[in-house]
Amino acid sequence: MSETVILSMKGISKAFGGLKALMDVSFDVFQGEIYGIIGPNGSGKTTLINCITGFIKPDKGHVFFRGDEITKWPAYKIAQTGITRTFQIMRPYYSLPAYKNLIIPLWSPRAKKLGGWRGGGRHGDRDTVAVDILEEIGFERDSRVPYKLASTLPTGYQKRLELARCMALRPDVIFCDEVFSGLSMSEIAGMVPLIEKLKMEGVTLIMVEHRLRELFRVADRVMALNFGEKIAEGYYKEVIEDKRVREAYLGSEEV
Amino acid sequence: MKRKERIDRGLKVRTEGHYAISSLEEIGYLVGPRLLLILGVLLLPIILELAPYWKRVVNIMCVYAVLALAFDFLANYVGLVCLGGALFIGVGGYLAAIFNVYLSMPFWLSIPLATISGAFLCTLLILPCLPLRGVYFAIVTLMYPILISRIIEAFNILGGTNGISGVDSLPGEYVEEYTIIIVMLVALFAMRRLVNQDMGLVLRAVKDNDQSVRASGINVTHMKSIAVFIASLMGCFGGAYLAHLYMWAGLSLFALDFSIIPIAAVVMGGGGTLVGAVIGCFILVPLSEFLRFFGTFRIVIYCALLTGFIVFKSEGIMVYATRKYHQFERWVKV
Repeated sequence: MSETVILSMKGISKAFGGLKALMDVSFDVFQGEIYGIIGPNGSGKTTLINCITGFIKPDKGHVFFRGDEITKWPAYKIAQTGITRTFQIMRPYYSLPAYKNLIIPLWSPRAKKLGGWRGGGRHGDRDTVAVDILEEIGFERDSRVPYKLASTLPTGYQKRLELARCMALRPDVIFCDEVFSGLSMSEIAGMVPLIEKLKMEGVTLIMVEHRLRELFRVADRVMALNFGEKIAEGYYKEVIEDKRVREAYLGSEEV
Repeated sequence: MKRKERIDRGLKVRTEGHYAISSLEEIGYLVGPRLLLILGVLLLPIILELAPYWKRVVNIMCVYAVLALAFDFLANYVGLVCLGGALFIGVGGYLAAIFNVYLSMPFWLSIPLATISGAFLCTLLILPCLPLRGVYFAIVTLMYPILISRIIEAFNILGGTNGISGVDSLPGEYVEEYTIIIVMLVALFAMRRLVNQDMGLVLRAVKDNDQSVRASGINVTHMKSIAVFIASLMGCFGGAYLAHLYMWAGLSLFALDFSIIPIAAVVMGGGGTLVGAVIGCFILVPLSEFLRFFGTFRIVIYCALLTGFIVFKSEGIMVYATRKYHQFERWVKV
């Protein structure tokens, strides 16, 4: 982890009608760190991700990526600069086999530029790269799993597929929207090394999580949101000992 | 209790991989259906020397087949239910007539030029509605042909209600027939290839989940407009061809038939199979011609047949036939 700021959010606000989903949220993320975002249900975590990655436009505020303003850029353009995301509700391409799911990010201009392979040869070099990425993320190459339709995969694999879709873009920043939720303990145990490996490779991760124990194992810093406001930020022990955080969220829970 | 079980035929399993083909039987199994279609369609004009009236029907049938291909591609692979078949035909037809009559270009220039410029024009028209989805997109594309034909009528431009007459005919019956047959076959196999290429996969992904495509750094509107361009390329060719076939371009090129019959054909043939669209047209168009004998009653028979198909065999002929070809069924005790 270095001290260069890769992503900087300044005063992001978003209201849906009368509901203020986000109020003046500012934070910086350093290159190569794992930054956790926690908060009770409806505190604006996913809205924050949507605002930063361009899926909805913030009412106010600015997002800077490596010093360049990317506020209100279209989502695909933000993804092309290297900021990608997973979806809380998994969105694989159900009608395609798992490995063909990765052809889409591999076909994008960013992957074409960064990828070392020759684009779309007769025998589909992208297919090879796709299977490689899937193997890296835990789909056994020789099993039938990578070749099955995405709709027939179990949840754990679909979550991995979401992450694989991000990895195929060779991103600088990945927003993980609850990658651990809905997984069994053993599936989470399989996911954590993947997250750590991505960090080792220098990818900055921003993780929205409800599974705090698993998050605190990997996160360098944590921010807490409540009703669209940032209430605490820092090392996880500081955050969970913060009085406002306890009141808002952890209250009775023992961590 | 008994239950029906479906099992892949041994022949299918053997011919599936890259390594399989080792006997004439296996080659025949793979190539047979394709060859049957290609040769059958290519021989059609020669066979129909016996019944010359039906030659014209074959031409129109092929135009509808191209349109149905475009519809199937957009609806089942890109997720755009486009009822703009009449728009494509009309724009292509009028442009070909303009190029041929007003600018006196020969047919071999006016048809390709009308195809390409028409496709650009149609894509440009549809571009603003691309963010729409589902039934909203369908409605807008359905309105366009009506809109344009009313404009032509109201302002009395481009020949008004009389249309543009005096378009050159194509030289010779065989040129007429084989132009559209070959274009139809090329379009069919090109589309089949395209949807399995990497670009085709991206288009299919747009149908499955456009948010995910966006998060993968791909401009969804751009991809959709490429798909519309490809589809309108096929449709506009059909229109340009029809203008030269009828030696006339008029308001009937914007008729709703061109939007509706392809849909019926796709439903009948099996959505998402591409070949199904062609087969559906090969049944529906001659049928409606055949039913002319019954006068206005033909619509009743036509509708009853279609309803029957949708209710009892909604999967479509092609899906059903493929299953029968590849698998056999047997009853097993449970």
